[in-house]
Amino acid sequence: MIDKIVQTMAAAMAGIRDGAVVLIGGFGSIGQPNALIDGLIDQGAKELTVVANNAGVGHAGLARLLEVGRVRKIVCSYPRTTDPVVFERLYREGRIELDVVPQGTMAERLRAAGAGIPAFYTPTSVGTRLAEGKEVREFSGRQYVLERALFGDVALIEAWEADRWGNLAYRSSARNFNPVMAAAAKLTIAQAQHIVELGALDPEKVGTPGIFVDRVVHVPYGEPVVT
Amino acid sequence: MKAHMRAELNGLAACKPWTRDEIAARAARDIPEGFYVNLGIGIPVLVANYVPAEREVIIHSENGVLGMGPTPEPDKINRWLINASKKYVTLVPGGSYMHHADSFAIIRGGHLDLCVLGAFQVAENGDFANWLTSADDTMPSVGGAMDLAVGAKQIWVLMEHTTKTGGSRLLRRCTYPLTAPGVVKRVYTNLAVIDVAADGFVVRETAPGLTFAALQDLTAAPLRRAN
Repeated sequence: MIDKIVQTMAAAMAGIRDGAVVLIGGFGSIGQPNALIDGLIDQGAKELTVVANNAGVGHAGLARLLEVGRVRKIVCSYPRTTDPVVFERLYREGRIELDVVPQGTMAERLRAAGAGIPAFYTPTSVGTRLAEGKEVREFSGRQYVLERALFGDVALIEAWEADRWGNLAYRSSARNFNPVMAAAAKLTIAQAQHIVELGALDPEKVGTPGIFVDRVVHVPYGEPVVT
Repeated sequence: MKAHMRAELNGLAACKPWTRDEIAARAARDIPEGFYVNLGIGIPVLVANYVPAEREVIIHSENGVLGMGPTPEPDKINRWLINASKKYVTLVPGGSYMHHADSFAIIRGGHLDLCVLGAFQVAENGDFANWLTSADDTMPSVGGAMDLAVGAKQIWVLMEHTTKTGGSRLLRRCTYPLTAPGVVKRVYTNLAVIDVAADGFVVRETAPGLTFAALQDLTAAPLRRAN
């Protein structure tokens, strides 16, 4: 019997190594798997490269992972969120590396990784600083920049519902990067508010088919807080 | 004599600049029924409040929302539904959610009729800058701006006409790092509505009481009257 549901956070985090590339879902704090991030802190892996849209808000979730010094480099589109106190301090002190990627390019690099596409051309960033040093090629009279797939060793995902095969359903705009990242990592770990019986999820509403998911943890935390 | 002092003598004192809400309302008037529109953070998000109720304009938010509605009543907040500014919003009947790769396929794939963005600077050749104010910005944050700038069929910029110290934000060439070259079609400021034509800025409308000469004095690029 396939059962991807793990009973403890320690079991969920087993095997994550120092130096891993960790994809973390969410847009701000919505769809961000804070319980898994706390689990990763307890697990102890360090020198991580984190890929996430933002660089943490306040002192919880991703910000806490940064604050306890586990992240060497962050790849994100928008570090300047409402309250990026932790990231800002680390960045000013030169203790964290920042790779700014246009949001759509980040999403597509992740999608490409999950889809077996090593690189692609995009019109985004042509003629700007973010295209410097990159191959530019013309197609049908327009310029495009070559971007490479962005693979994760681990993806941390937040879902609304999950079953034991790892099928995931999302809620409203909390879907965001989660399905794209789930497909882009070697080891995909999801936290879900509700665990349902196999067959209970409406197949039409599955946002991430279980084939992309390795482990599921039940985390019924209630409502997210926008901070 | 400083440009803004000269402009005062030329009759700016009698001018009533548009407020942020009036800029948004002025732009909203020009959005046709049936348009799919993305609104950037800053003054642009206010546009949603001024689209006439009887006109169907569908608003997209980069974090995976198509058919975004206004701010919810405090007792009707869906805590999984936010906009690009990470504020609570609503979904209109007919609205839908999508993941980030699909959201940016909408953006980059040329499916949006219009994107309304904020900016620091707009140049007479349609270049604009809205992500960095200097070459050594402490926290470069690009978000979805570069994808939107090259993906939407039309780009409008909404911004104050001058900086806090009175410098023109409309220029012959941008001095800040570009978001995208040659894409801005129209600019709505607190002082004027200006088209970006093949041969430079064309003034379509000025704020009440503002003369063309006074507007030119406050603008660091040549202006032309619309025919």
